[in-house]
Amino acid sequence: MLSELQNKFGKDRFLPEQTADLIPTYHIKPDLTYEVLSYLKTGVDRPFQMLYDLTAIDERNRSSDNINPTHPFTLVYHLISFDRNEDLRIKVDLEEDFPSQTTITGLWPMANWYEREVYDMFGITFTGHPHLRRILMPDSWSGHPLRKEHPARATEMDPFEYTDDYLMEQVDSYKFKPEEWGMKRQGKDGDYMFLNVGPQHPGTHGVLRLVLQLDGEDIVDIVPDIGFHHRGAEKMAERQSWHTFIPYTDRIDYLGGVMNNLPYVLAVEKLGGINVPDRAQVIRVMMCELFRIASHLVWYATFAQDIGQLSPVFYMFSDREKAFDIVSAICGARMHPNWFRIGGVAQDLPQGWQPMFQEFIKYLRKRLTEYDKMVLGNRIFQARTKGIGIYTKQEAIEWGVTGPGLRACGFEWDFRKKRPYSSYDQFDFEIPVAANGDCYDRALIRVEEMRQSLRIIEQCLNNMPEGPYKSDHPKATPPDKKHTMQDIETLITHFLNVSWGPVIPAGEAFVGVEATKGNNGYYLISDGGTAPYRARIRTPSFPHMQMVPYISKGYTVADLLVIIGSVDFVLADIDR
Amino acid sequence: MKIELMDVLIMLAVILVLQVLAMFLIWLERRLLGLWQDRLGPNRVGPAGLLQPVADMIKIFFKEDWTPDFVDKKVFVLAPGIVVFTTLLSFAIIPFAPGVLIADMNIGILFFLAMSSLGAYSIILGGWASNNKYALLGAMRGASQMITYEVFMGLSILGVVMLSGSFSLKSIVLAQQDGWFIIPQFVGFVVFLVAGIAETHRLPFDIPEAESELIAGYHGEYSSMKFGLFFLGEYLGITLVSSLIVTLFFGGWLGPEFLPPIIWFVLKTMVFLLFFILLRAALPRPRYDQLLSYGWKILLPLTLINLMVTGALGLYFDKM
Repeated sequence: MLSELQNKFGKDRFLPEQTADLIPTYHIKPDLTYEVLSYLKTGVDRPFQMLYDLTAIDERNRSSDNINPTHPFTLVYHLISFDRNEDLRIKVDLEEDFPSQTTITGLWPMANWYEREVYDMFGITFTGHPHLRRILMPDSWSGHPLRKEHPARATEMDPFEYTDDYLMEQVDSYKFKPEEWGMKRQGKDGDYMFLNVGPQHPGTHGVLRLVLQLDGEDIVDIVPDIGFHHRGAEKMAERQSWHTFIPYTDRIDYLGGVMNNLPYVLAVEKLGGINVPDRAQVIRVMMCELFRIASHLVWYATFAQDIGQLSPVFYMFSDREKAFDIVSAICGARMHPNWFRIGGVAQDLPQGWQPMFQEFIKYLRKRLTEYDKMVLGNRIFQARTKGIGIYTKQEAIEWGVTGPGLRACGFEWDFRKKRPYSSYDQFDFEIPVAANGDCYDRALIRVEEMRQSLRIIEQCLNNMPEGPYKSDHPKATPPDKKHTMQDIETLITHFLNVSWGPVIPAGEAFVGVEATKGNNGYYLISDGGTAPYRARIRTPSFPHMQMVPYISKGYTVADLLVIIGSVDFVLADIDR
Repeated sequence: MKIELMDVLIMLAVILVLQVLAMFLIWLERRLLGLWQDRLGPNRVGPAGLLQPVADMIKIFFKEDWTPDFVDKKVFVLAPGIVVFTTLLSFAIIPFAPGVLIADMNIGILFFLAMSSLGAYSIILGGWASNNKYALLGAMRGASQMITYEVFMGLSILGVVMLSGSFSLKSIVLAQQDGWFIIPQFVGFVVFLVAGIAETHRLPFDIPEAESELIAGYHGEYSSMKFGLFFLGEYLGITLVSSLIVTLFFGGWLGPEFLPPIIWFVLKTMVFLLFFILLRAALPRPRYDQLLSYGWKILLPLTLINLMVTGALGLYFDKM
């Protein structure tokens, strides 16, 4: 790849960087960005069609000597080629303190939100961007949170005052002015109606605001307003230790539970060179699949309810409760088990864990068959979902869609199969694929995925390897205590690793996993400290939400609720 | 016409019984939904939660009767009353048992159709006066839905009218002594049932309120007893449609001798009330344009064919 790029653009314009995840990474100068990315997207053989992630790094506080960038900011473009099954990372070195960069929204429309996020978080402006304004933080926020000079704790800031003036300012800032969003008030046949859906609305499944531009009940345009659930997880990562950040990951996709821990700990393990024992890997797979089922059950229930079916929500939530019974027997918690550790899991499986799973698998298989008749087979349900919210495989890739939404367009792509992690290559399961890419197909895929997850769990059950549940690597957390009482050196390491947390060698690693909603990736950068220098969390719901206006235009309000139900997002997963 | 004490008593009894019935229907619905949805439903107030509606009534009466500033006050207050008023008036023509009847009008069915058309104003005015976009969307949907389904409702009954030769419900019941009209008028029954659900805008046809889309639709801005009236109107509506189905297609009070006629009537009506509740537990909601095209493209031709066949057969057998 490098030689191909060098031939095209000149030999000395690409500076390769060695990363722990072995993804080819090249530094380039800002003026070359658009040409290089455009070449990679359309010019090369087997192109990099998906802009997987776009983020930035504030380099000014790096303490490490081995990688010591001289520029204050780096933009990171993470591309995926499905034809090659390869990733490529293009890093753009930016010089100024508040740099500016040319937008690539012309190349990928989905860069829109990512560039807004970078602007919001780092103060990097994008020239030519159609609508550059804050996306996660409120408009009235001063400063850009992920810059290193921005305080991370409330105690580092002045006391917060909630005055009447402030309140009125906030109220005013939420008043919708269509012109600000590039919308017209009037159409050909009369005035448009603007309907505010949310932030409090049963159909949005959380604090999400959608401003609809309506012609009668037909949707002309939609503006999603996100950020109500933003908690600064990426900023928090910079002040937690590698170990103590794990509970925060639980709360990103709060329906996914331990599924969120997985990409994080995998990325840390990659950075630290920690090998995870077989048993821990299989325990991880088993718990992740259990959470995939729990998450899909919530989606199934609420989706049926969005279409007006009152009963399934009760059946499916009680099924989910049964899954949580197992989770709490193993982890002690339900939704946020905080169960994975760097190098393994927190504890070994309790005695008698097998019968619980066996019973659950038997029970849920029967229930799923029943739900097929009740929900998927219902003719009104089909009339509401078939042919609604269609997108093609090409559009899905263009907009960064991963997970069930991608497979519903007939693209057989599952990261568990294509890039097996955590011993997924040892399991026998199928990737459900549908053809039409409409709401019904997305539903079908998720239901089938639950069956496949049950299959995986069954295999874990029958083939659980013996052995330790945690690595004996000194950087595994909490570290192994076996030898501490005999050996002073071990005792010191143990003491430091427990009190400060492990020191992870400098470098960077990205790991993406097939999470409940799509590909969830953690891009961690260490400067050789006890905390991530930068932790980027690339969540699936963010690009999926961005696509909703595109696929909803021309449908009615009633269809919109079906479409956002079928997209299956979690607000904390969008806003982080 | 001389009004006798007996008539007044019947009138009062009907109003009272209906109000209480509507209240306990709420209890029944919640308990049954609970049963079908693997949960309990209200079971704390009184035996088996029977007094729950009473507690709810007390609550709803003592809630702040709030009228938002931005509404059209007069219409806003008027709207919830209309539906209760028209539905209660419709009960005047229902023959509950021989002699237990408020008004034996010879245009009974037309009166019911007129009243149910007026009832649509409740939704339209309520949604309009609320000055709320969700309420307006709900009202718009409600108006088109009710106007559409009024057409088939009227047409579906005409088969029964042809067979019995009368618009009076009493005569219709008496005409069923040899056999209920459900058999010759099965298509009419099905269409009337569907139209009845649409008229009372219950799930699956609760499109004007569509909880997951329009939140509560036309009554979103209502609180306290004004909301209570909409609620009452809905349950009265179900009762009305159920008792009409019984009267028109299932022989009204007619039944074997071992039970008094009024009990037969109540029992038959209960079956349909339960059916309404079961529908709510089972079905999702179609989209509003799907509902309308289903009406115009399937139900309308169906009723017209039914009418033609009924008429043709009637003519043929009369000639014999």
